[in-house]
Amino acid sequence: MTEAASVSRERLYDGPDAGAATHSALAQTWSDPPGWRGWFAAINHKTIAGRFIAATFLFFVLGGLLALAMRWQLASPRTRAVGPDMYAQLFTMHGTTMMFLFAVPVMQAVATYLVPLMIGARSVAFPRMNAFAFWIFVMGGAFLFIGFVAGAGPNTGWFSYVPLASADYAPGKGVDIWAQMITFTELAGLLEAIVLITTILKMRAPGMSLSRMPLFVWATLVTQCMVLFAMPSVMLGSTSLILDRLVGTHFYNPARGGDVLLWQHLFWFFGHPEVYLIFIPPLGFISTIIATFARRPVFGYTAMVLSLIAIAFLAFGLWVHHMFATNLPEIGKAFFTAASLAIALPSGVQIFCWLATLITGRLQFRTPLLFVLAFFFILVLGGLSGVMLGSVSLDLQVHDTYFVVAHLHYVLLGGAVFPLFGAFFYWFPKFRGRMLSERLGRWQFWLFFVGFNVTFFPMHWLGLQGMPRRVWTYPEGMGWDGMNLLSTVGAFAIAASVLLFIVNVARSWRHGAIAGADPWHAGTLEWTIASPPPPHNFDAMPVVQGREPAWGARPRRAVSGLAADAREVLTTSVRDADPLTRSLFPSPSLWPFISALATTALFVASVFTPWAVVWGAVPVALAVIAWFWPGRAETEQALALETKP
Amino acid sequence: MSVRPDPLDVRALPSYAFGRLSLMWWGTVGMMLIEGTVFAICILMYFYLRGIAPAWPIDAAPPDLLWGSVNTLILLASLLPNQLAKRAAEREDRGRARLWLVVCLLFAVAFLVVRALEFGTLNVQWYANAYGSVVWLLLGLHTTHLITDTIDTVVLTVLLFTGPFEGKRFVDVSENALYWYFVVASWLPIYAVLYLAPRGGT
Repeated sequence: MTEAASVSRERLYDGPDAGAATHSALAQTWSDPPGWRGWFAAINHKTIAGRFIAATFLFFVLGGLLALAMRWQLASPRTRAVGPDMYAQLFTMHGTTMMFLFAVPVMQAVATYLVPLMIGARSVAFPRMNAFAFWIFVMGGAFLFIGFVAGAGPNTGWFSYVPLASADYAPGKGVDIWAQMITFTELAGLLEAIVLITTILKMRAPGMSLSRMPLFVWATLVTQCMVLFAMPSVMLGSTSLILDRLVGTHFYNPARGGDVLLWQHLFWFFGHPEVYLIFIPPLGFISTIIATFARRPVFGYTAMVLSLIAIAFLAFGLWVHHMFATNLPEIGKAFFTAASLAIALPSGVQIFCWLATLITGRLQFRTPLLFVLAFFFILVLGGLSGVMLGSVSLDLQVHDTYFVVAHLHYVLLGGAVFPLFGAFFYWFPKFRGRMLSERLGRWQFWLFFVGFNVTFFPMHWLGLQGMPRRVWTYPEGMGWDGMNLLSTVGAFAIAASVLLFIVNVARSWRHGAIAGADPWHAGTLEWTIASPPPPHNFDAMPVVQGREPAWGARPRRAVSGLAADAREVLTTSVRDADPLTRSLFPSPSLWPFISALATTALFVASVFTPWAVVWGAVPVALAVIAWFWPGRAETEQALALETKP
Repeated sequence: MSVRPDPLDVRALPSYAFGRLSLMWWGTVGMMLIEGTVFAICILMYFYLRGIAPAWPIDAAPPDLLWGSVNTLILLASLLPNQLAKRAAEREDRGRARLWLVVCLLFAVAFLVVRALEFGTLNVQWYANAYGSVVWLLLGLHTTHLITDTIDTVVLTVLLFTGPFEGKRFVDVSENALYWYFVVASWLPIYAVLYLAPRGGT
């Protein structure tokens, strides 16, 4: 970077006619620095997203191991493998890990990798903030697991209801750590939302108007807008919880004017939209995968976009259906029943548009498509039990039973994990440049599909027969033995399928077949560049002329004139993506990592003494100021490239 | 080879721009939406707790009006130097921009001092009851914004005096002013909730 100003006279500019020298200058400019310092200073969106995806997958495996421990315990009556308190920690850690450390963040992680590639950009907006958010997320997850291993695991369920989670009934540090983990992950999630929204609205390639944006990018935009309004609620709720526990406030203490249902409102006002934070990005995966393997654009693009937006709005009107068993007014519950049923309409529009695409397409049954087809089967079952639970009378009968456990796993695994694996098979060749094994992929798929149904389908019956959730063991003679054993067998089949996936990735990492730029003959922009993509993504930014830019027969137009020896990016207008500025982006820096360390010190110490919020803020402020303070060389480069508006 | 259309040359485009044309504007608006949601939900908590309380405020006199009202006036008056700093920045007048930022900082010192006095006139402690808890939470959240916005402004002002300087810093001054507007605008409903709502009967 330092020599940039001195060579400004012979500055290299990119463009479709630029040669190899320009391409290698671009690659050098956009690379992360080498060495261990460089590792912590990295800000390239693909580097950060790769680590982010790996971290969320590690949490997925850890959460899965916790689930296996629970299934082991429940395989037969009166097992004594773990005691009741450990069992409570297991289900709390499992739910918390899967929801806060896997399902929501993995969708953001995948999006920060794919969105710039799909919209023809060289970076995400605010790349240093993107790195900071990743570090905050990892440190928050580590804090939770370190607490668990050290014997301070939370044990009040993944939604941590008061009064059980109050200081009187949950002494120790477990719930404090849980509440602070929420602060970590929601801070990371909110920052990622700003990164993604700004990237999508302001950095699309020229010509990619909103009406030409890929459906996955639409799904991401809609999801991240929901994040802005949903996550503050749980952050405020968990902050109030930790204040009640540590400094003696009374938000949730009825003896001093507080209210326990206030927690449920704050939690579910976030918690129900959260289901859609998990579920809407996979709708984007599915639209992408179906279009590619049906060899045609998705039927009803406008209807698809409008129904994504409709789902997002309705998702904020559903939270009370998690609270049907409380003493809320019946008229209110009727409203939420109606809203819960109404969301079936836009979801139905999506399903019928996909069916129309599949019926009129020429299908190619590759592994990604198998996972998508399984989604239809499983989500329809999960949706049906959801419609049942949406009615107050039935909900009261099966509340807190295994019927609910079955329902939520059908929705979350069917709605998110199956499409996510499909997406991984689909985009792995782009990430790594090599194909995953199709044969292992099919084995994994069938093991997962069968294992999933064997695990969770019997739980519907267990619930109807009255087996409550969250019991650490049960006596013989309840008629639950056989189905519990069956469910445990299924859980181990799922574990085997995940193991096969890990083996597949590990083998294909070095020995997979070379993928080439476009192994699936797909229509979106990420397939027009090499696999794996070079550090700068595009040798020349494309000019987009249609919805499936890679499928067009016309010769492609491109942008020229961005500096190749500086991190210049093109910003464009929100609706029509007309070129507006060429902005200079920041270079790699250690400060986001150091700021994340300082923030972590503040959050962790505040669990032990409230004064940490005061003295812990000093290093955070210093680190963030150092982060923003411009370097002399950077400023010289910026001045050399400056053109006033 | 087929004929390739001419490339779209972007060399002449500006390297920065103000308002909605800049990425910083979108980042700032995102923060404002998040923090605005936090304030809105916190106010909902206040009225939720008030709705279930037999009397409001719970076992306390309403907060004294003096310092809260004085601070409202100081915050509103600070909008003038804030707007002048914004306008100077958008005309790329570095001298005037830093002058008005210094004036903004004088106002910041004033409202932080008065804010400290405000905490003393709430007439309730956070550990007394749920009313005290939510009042302290609401005032504490807003005070955090006053402090962070002041630190932002100090850093920006120093940067305008010392350099290294480039044109993009004018965009930062402009976005800083936008955030200042948000912090003042969000205070008005919070003032009404903290100081006026407890006087409106139960």
